[in-house]
Amino acid sequence: MRWYWIDRFIEFESGRYAKAIKNISLAEDHVHDHFPYYPMIPSSLVIEGMAQTGGLLVCEVNQFAEKVVLAKLPKVVFHCDAVPGDTLVYTTTIEYVREEGAMVTATSHKGDVLHAEAEIVFAHLNDSRLANLFDPETFLRMVRLLGAFDVGHAADGSPLKPPRRLVEMVGAPDDGGGIGDSEDNGP
Amino acid sequence: MPTKKEVFEKIQVALVDALGVDDEDVTLEATLVGDLGAESIDFLDIVFRLEKGFDIKIPRGELFPEDILTDSKYVQEGKVTEAGLDELRKRMPFANLDQFAQNPVVQDFGNLLTVADMCRFVESKVEVTD
Repeated sequence: MRWYWIDRFIEFESGRYAKAIKNISLAEDHVHDHFPYYPMIPSSLVIEGMAQTGGLLVCEVNQFAEKVVLAKLPKVVFHCDAVPGDTLVYTTTIEYVREEGAMVTATSHKGDVLHAEAEIVFAHLNDSRLANLFDPETFLRMVRLLGAFDVGHAADGSPLKPPRRLVEMVGAPDDGGGIGDSEDNGP
Repeated sequence: MPTKKEVFEKIQVALVDALGVDDEDVTLEATLVGDLGAESIDFLDIVFRLEKGFDIKIPRGELFPEDILTDSKYVQEGKVTEAGLDELRKRMPFANLDQFAQNPVVQDFGNLLTVADMCRFVESKVEVTD
């Protein structure tokens, strides 16, 4: 099972906000247990999707150099269910980014209907023993797969590009070409 | 200019939002860690809410001096040294460290800070009226 709880970024403004979509499908195994005869996306996985949206937004502020992890949920409110066939749009907005961590406010919408809202606090891990939480190549592939560099804009309005530091670690071309485009089937 | 009562009420809101406690739990005497259950990640959240609520800047370590408490110059065998206590007093003039100084175990420091200390801290950064 791949731990992707968003399918694609649709907007990404560096240092400000990001929007991503999550399509809910009957093909997802877990919805048939949650719940039998009333499949719906678990709230915990909606939170994870909002955290992935906001976490990558926060991580990009420092060119993906910090290790950003979900640390605290001060507020989470759900207003309705989300079921197979729905497409959720997660919007996360940066409230602050500090050396120790960051906070975003997040919403989930089904069309025009507010489905959920949350405050999400992230911590920046500084333990050098952790090295890379993700293998750099896998991480870069994931961010490309999610379309962050297709829709993203840097603070100056220019197209968002993979940071040179990360590209050099992976040894990939930085011309926007995807890692593993030709042969690999993804991470 | 806020009054002292308004400063307390804004701090109360910040702590209720950050810690998920009730209004009536946030008294002046309540300790952040012992009574209100604050953990290390909560301190980041609280600092942000204070900055936003009072339009002030709180540099890292100004309210919660974790750099002193993790510095081997100031902590030995789990206790804060005299030099460390001096640094804490300089950094935290809003807090009363006398009781802590009698047995300055680092692990006990977290239970030192009260809501009243936070009010004094904010009052030192904004102009207040009585």
